[in-house]
Amino acid sequence: MSTPMRPDHWQHDLVKAGEHKELNVLNLGPTHPATHGIFQNVLTMDGEYIQSAEQTIGYIHRAFEKLAERRPFYQITTLTDRLNYCSSPINNMGWHMTVEKLLGIQTPERVDYLRIIAMELARIADHIICNAVIGVDTGALTGFTYIFQDRELIYDIYEEICGARLTTNMGRIGGFERDFSEAAWRKIRHFLEHFPKKLKEFESLLVRNRIFMDRTIGCGAFPLDRALAYGFTGPNLRACGLDHDVRVMDPYCSYEKFDFTIPIGTGGDTYDRFMVRQREMWESLSIIRQAVEKCDRLADRTTYKADVPEWVLPPKEEVYNEMEALIYHFKIVMGESEVPAGEVYHCVEGGNGELGFYLVSDGGRTPFRLHFRRPCFIYYQAFPEMVKGIMLSDAILTMSSMNVIAGELDA
Amino acid sequence: MPAFTIQAERDQLVVDRLRAAFPDGVVADEQFHDMRCITVRKEVLHPALRLLRDELDFNFLTTLCGMHHPAGAGAEERLGLVVHLNSFRHRHRIRLKAYTAMKDPVFPTFTDLWPTTNWMEREAWDFFGIGFTGHPDLKRILNMEDFPAFPLRKDYPLEDPTREDKDNSMFGR
Repeated sequence: MSTPMRPDHWQHDLVKAGEHKELNVLNLGPTHPATHGIFQNVLTMDGEYIQSAEQTIGYIHRAFEKLAERRPFYQITTLTDRLNYCSSPINNMGWHMTVEKLLGIQTPERVDYLRIIAMELARIADHIICNAVIGVDTGALTGFTYIFQDRELIYDIYEEICGARLTTNMGRIGGFERDFSEAAWRKIRHFLEHFPKKLKEFESLLVRNRIFMDRTIGCGAFPLDRALAYGFTGPNLRACGLDHDVRVMDPYCSYEKFDFTIPIGTGGDTYDRFMVRQREMWESLSIIRQAVEKCDRLADRTTYKADVPEWVLPPKEEVYNEMEALIYHFKIVMGESEVPAGEVYHCVEGGNGELGFYLVSDGGRTPFRLHFRRPCFIYYQAFPEMVKGIMLSDAILTMSSMNVIAGELDA
Repeated sequence: MPAFTIQAERDQLVVDRLRAAFPDGVVADEQFHDMRCITVRKEVLHPALRLLRDELDFNFLTTLCGMHHPAGAGAEERLGLVVHLNSFRHRHRIRLKAYTAMKDPVFPTFTDLWPTTNWMEREAWDFFGIGFTGHPDLKRILNMEDFPAFPLRKDYPLEDPTREDKDNSMFGR
């Protein structure tokens, strides 16, 4: 178990029992530009140093778990969009795979590769936001303005695949609603060609920047044993020094056929979290490249869905001209497709860690119970312990490097 | 598939250890798709989790969430608690369940085993009204503090029943 690098000057002496000192209470949020989301922290401050923090969350709670109990399975995809809205496709695919596990649907190889392309693009978009914002919170706005142009390229690809940009509702249970268009492939290849240059440029602005390093190394460090006890997953856990990644530990969607490394940090501080996400973007790029190559090599160039007519909407021209297609269209839209009773847990590696879906079906048209394991909700609990005794400005940085997304926090 | 055999063996090992440690504590033991699900009696859940953590390498608690089963099909109304555990060393996941009657829906807190259950327990309290004795700060987490119900119970309607500004007579609701 590694001890975090935490130089003495990061840790302020806390008030000891019996000592008289005036403390003041500071409300950080609910709406504060530095929290990047709607949640409140009531901080007890000793000057510039934080004595204790108490979080209030739930400001954008939308009762997704209750709503899901009234919706047919295919309509729940739109709820998952709004969990971690920085990487919606990962949530969408995670949900589709959960239902597929319940129904016992095997997806064709090509569908898996298309999904991986969408998911890894989403991971890059998610990490771009987090890392660019860490830069902004340290006062370096330049990187943010450059790299956001490339996030735009990813959103253009989403648009080409599914027609939407932010809340994507991408794919269907069993695959995709349509194949990637020529334009989508062109944009993906363009992105693969141009993004590495931009990412390199972004890195050279921050990674070895003396000011950035002084500002982030040691800031908000968290030891690995505490991180595990608090249920950290994803980049935040890996920054503490454990190479745990759902894509490798419980491979789904043919990830076992891909060659990539899991970057880890050592001290679990802001710099490590930044660097882990940065390295992961390079790995994601390599995964996308491999997926595109695999697609090119496949003999099958057209499959974009599994053969499950009771779940994938048929094309309109068939609906208007064929009886079976019309029946399936009607059954799907009315949510009348047969679902077996049973329960499944499926998890995917989301932008922030293990995103899990616990689905209980009683054989009805809607889930009996659906629980989302939201990584943000689970690791954000550790925030008071992480910021105890550090300065307010470092707490802001710690929060942005944890990548707390309000939509996922509150569900 | 060898990986599958190993998992089945580990599943059996867990069930056998639990049965040995708590002779009448294991109520049911089912296989759902890729995961073994063990239902234990309410009193046994906490010691069972401790045993799994300390002796069988389940170092990571993935989720803890509530569940509500209304009365029906010969069963009484009951609340359930579902826990997913993960063993990083053995790449092994397992699900534990325990049910409680409506009149005393209280479990001992699990925060002494995993601090991460703090907010999960608050969520279970908030949405299902499942209490946890010994919890450091058991209060609502996502809903407002004076919310009058436990909304994820099946008897709570999706639409606000106290609203008077909407006339639903035309919509069959």
